[in-house]
Amino acid sequence: MDYEVVIGLEVHAELATRSKIYCSCTTEFGGEPNTHCCPICTGMPGVLPVLNKKVVEYAVKAGLATNCNIASFSKQDRKNYFYPDLPKAFQTSQYDLPLCFGGAIEIDVNGVKKSIGLTRIHIEEDAGKLIHDAWADGTLVDYNRCGVPLIEIVSEPDLRSADEVKAYFEKLKSILEYIEVSDCKMQEGSLRADVNLSVRKRGQREFGTRTEMKNLNSIKAIVRAVEAETKRQIEELEYGGTIIQETRRWDDNKGESYAMRSKEEAHDYRYFPEPDLLPIVVGEEWLSQIKAEIPELPDQRKSRYVEKFELPEYDAAVLTSSKIIADYFEAAAAVNSNVKAISNWIMGDLMRAINEKEIEFSNIPVAPEDLAGLIGLIDKGTITGKAAKKVFDIMFETGKKPMDVVKEEGLEAVNDEAAILLAVKEAISNNPKSVEDYKAGKKQAIGFLVGQIMKATKGKAQPQTVNELLVKELEK
Amino acid sequence: MEICKLTACQTAEMIRKRELGVEEVTKAYLDRVEKLDTSLDSFVTVCNEEAMDSARRVQKRIDSGEAVSKAAGLPIALKDNICTMGVKTTCASRMLGDFNPPYDATVSKKLKAADTVLLGKLNMDEFAMGGSTESSYFKITKNPWDLERVPGGSSGGSAAAVAADFTTFALGSDTGGSIRQPSSFCGVVGLKPTYGAVSRYGLVAFASSLDQIGPITKDVADCALAMNLITGHDCMDSTSADIKYPDYLEFLKNDIKGMKIGIPKEYLGQGLNSEVKEAILNSLKQLEGMGAVCEEVSLPLTEYAIPAYYLISSAEASSNLARYDGVKYGYRAEKYTDLLDMYKQTRDEGFGDEVKRRIILGTYALSSGYYDAYYKKALQVRTLIQNDFNKVFKDYDLIVGPTAPTTAYKIGEKSKDPIQMYLGDIFTVSANIAGLPGISLPCAKDSKNLPIGIQFIGKAFDEGSLIRAAYTFEQNTKLDMEPAGLSTLI
Ligand SMILES: [Zn+2]
Repeated sequence: MDYEVVIGLEVHAELATRSKIYCSCTTEFGGEPNTHCCPICTGMPGVLPVLNKKVVEYAVKAGLATNCNIASFSKQDRKNYFYPDLPKAFQTSQYDLPLCFGGAIEIDVNGVKKSIGLTRIHIEEDAGKLIHDAWADGTLVDYNRCGVPLIEIVSEPDLRSADEVKAYFEKLKSILEYIEVSDCKMQEGSLRADVNLSVRKRGQREFGTRTEMKNLNSIKAIVRAVEAETKRQIEELEYGGTIIQETRRWDDNKGESYAMRSKEEAHDYRYFPEPDLLPIVVGEEWLSQIKAEIPELPDQRKSRYVEKFELPEYDAAVLTSSKIIADYFEAAAAVNSNVKAISNWIMGDLMRAINEKEIEFSNIPVAPEDLAGLIGLIDKGTITGKAAKKVFDIMFETGKKPMDVVKEEGLEAVNDEAAILLAVKEAISNNPKSVEDYKAGKKQAIGFLVGQIMKATKGKAQPQTVNELLVKELEK
Repeated sequence: MEICKLTACQTAEMIRKRELGVEEVTKAYLDRVEKLDTSLDSFVTVCNEEAMDSARRVQKRIDSGEAVSKAAGLPIALKDNICTMGVKTTCASRMLGDFNPPYDATVSKKLKAADTVLLGKLNMDEFAMGGSTESSYFKITKNPWDLERVPGGSSGGSAAAVAADFTTFALGSDTGGSIRQPSSFCGVVGLKPTYGAVSRYGLVAFASSLDQIGPITKDVADCALAMNLITGHDCMDSTSADIKYPDYLEFLKNDIKGMKIGIPKEYLGQGLNSEVKEAILNSLKQLEGMGAVCEEVSLPLTEYAIPAYYLISSAEASSNLARYDGVKYGYRAEKYTDLLDMYKQTRDEGFGDEVKRRIILGTYALSSGYYDAYYKKALQVRTLIQNDFNKVFKDYDLIVGPTAPTTAYKIGEKSKDPIQMYLGDIFTVSANIAGLPGISLPCAKDSKNLPIGIQFIGKAFDEGSLIRAAYTFEQNTKLDMEPAGLSTLI
């Protein structure tokens, strides 16, 4: 039987405001437990919340960047439930009147473009953290994260595969980074997703029963969870079972999910308007002010790269997928107009080194100007392309300037025709078989000879000169 | 001259003129409390040493010629749901029996800044839920007019302490009548300001959209003085009104000529004690004699005010009081098996019956499937009641009526019957629902020599008119308001 999977995502992003949503405590990550809190964010008796205006501004920015409508009038509501990480015993969120609604973003999976709808974006506060100490008798609570502002971005059930989910999530992350409202550090929990997933027979109109998997905090985990849950549901149905509407916990180590609570056991959150806060009014003037602050977004930047730099669509997409990479590219392009070479180096050697060393793009030891400088050295013939790889590796290791590395390592290209000619002649006399092949019309035999010459010159011979002299000698 | 018999205004003036010392005044009040409060039980906490310390500090400031406020040196006391840094704030609940806030309420801060001297914290119904101060976990406060009777509530400790001259003035809080009703029962002046006129920061929340702090004073002039100290915009309270607040002392004018006063016919109907009714009708004649124009008006939705009030206030309370879970501060049960059990045991042992009753009512009203029928309906009624008031205030400056349907009743008389207790709020809750200011002051005594209160309700932020009308009424009626029950103790 052919099944179709239907997925909607709820993405929580911590906003990068300096202070918390309802008090002046810092939002900085880390810190000794319970040092980033005050009577307000720990829910002491009699304290009152005051909404941080920046939170509204950032959320509106996120809404504008994802083509949402911005509510001129919205309100905040209390979501009531008991848990030790929630000091007020309610989370202040938005229920029926969210700040942003009805948006969409475009994704691209293997060249196929698709628009994914956004139901809403609303603001809310984060909870604290429980620390289960195996040695102490009981559980401890750290309220440092309490009251850190979040936006929840809810998609329509428009996603149909793990690839689409991945593309959507990455696009969303990229947009949030571009507008600088969240640092999107997944390992610090500042970006996480809940996956709502159901399957149905292809062609069927109604949705199947859905399950929800909460708090997935890496792209890898999201993809794995989607794949495993799709498989689980299809198998369940194939064997005559039914899907139960429930919340499931994904265990990324085991690669499987298990049921947490069913719909019947679901909380009644008893939402009601937060009486301690006034409605949020976003007037025309404020809205246009925020609009004016929205920078160039990934899609716009991609088009610009294709038009202005004449880069292939693929290069432009990869470079602009992350603001940090795109900024790096442009910093390099500002000092070297060989943009295609810069693009190749970034997508090739730079990405490879980053993955191998497992470092963040933001911590790259090679400054963009130095990468541009390295490419310049190749273009001027100061070093060969082969030597450049070695120079790059050393730059990546040490952070040194390209020319310093070239000098220290003695990697300047050899362009001394007499020396190269010597190596050419040696290669011809040492490899009569290849010479014969060449003369018999197998032109590719020249590649082997070039390789021998480069080896003899330790890769420093200028390939163009080698080629010219070799052909000349062979044709003699 | 008996120091404690002086009004706040008289005392402050004598302190400023150096005719009285701050320590002398503070000592006089502390002595009186020590001597008489064993019979009245109005204080939960008395700050003997701290009060004398701050009295000395204030006197020094006065002696050194520093600029001090018009209230400098006045010994005051606060209802025990107003946070005071370093002084226990219990809400008269076992739940917060040992709670010592690491912060001051905005009003506490303002009163400190005005060089007043904190004598202590006053008894109340647990978490301000009740109308008799009988639901306090610690003690039952008695009415200074008759020690077998309740002082009203929930600010019963505040009203009793002012009536007994235990403090120059006190602050209370009013969610459905909790300042005005006990003021009426104890024969003192109590004002609930417009919602938003006084910061709620540091007032332990009962019902956030209705709660308001206000003064309970010996007379109307003191009320104006206290209002000057506590009103004002506060950036710590989002619902605080950012407007220009007047000098309330300027409204102490013995003149209400031409003032248009409406008397809602619903306020003189069913359930009103006949002696109270007679007193109010007589007061209307007196008001007319002072030059006011009194006419009958209608607030047709009055009967729906109580159900709407109990739904809204209980719904908000169920959420506001959820934080008392034994995790962070306050009471925690000693024995429990797991987290859920800790919540249950803690809340079962930490809260009294009336608080539990309201939490259950409020939780129910907010539950899915019931929200629309109860909470949402109540909010709609709220809007309609506000409209009713707006209509009347198009033609009238003030509304007048009784503060409570009866005078002070006997301890235990109504505490077993919550509905009877709730109906006692009939004339006061509307002002909270509509966010309007209301003042209660004595207008007569009944045949049992118990005070009867008259209430004026005004337009939003027009406390000035309330003070002017109350002051004129007070100046022209001159009642003997010496509490009879207290004199038996002296
Ligand atoms: Zn804080």
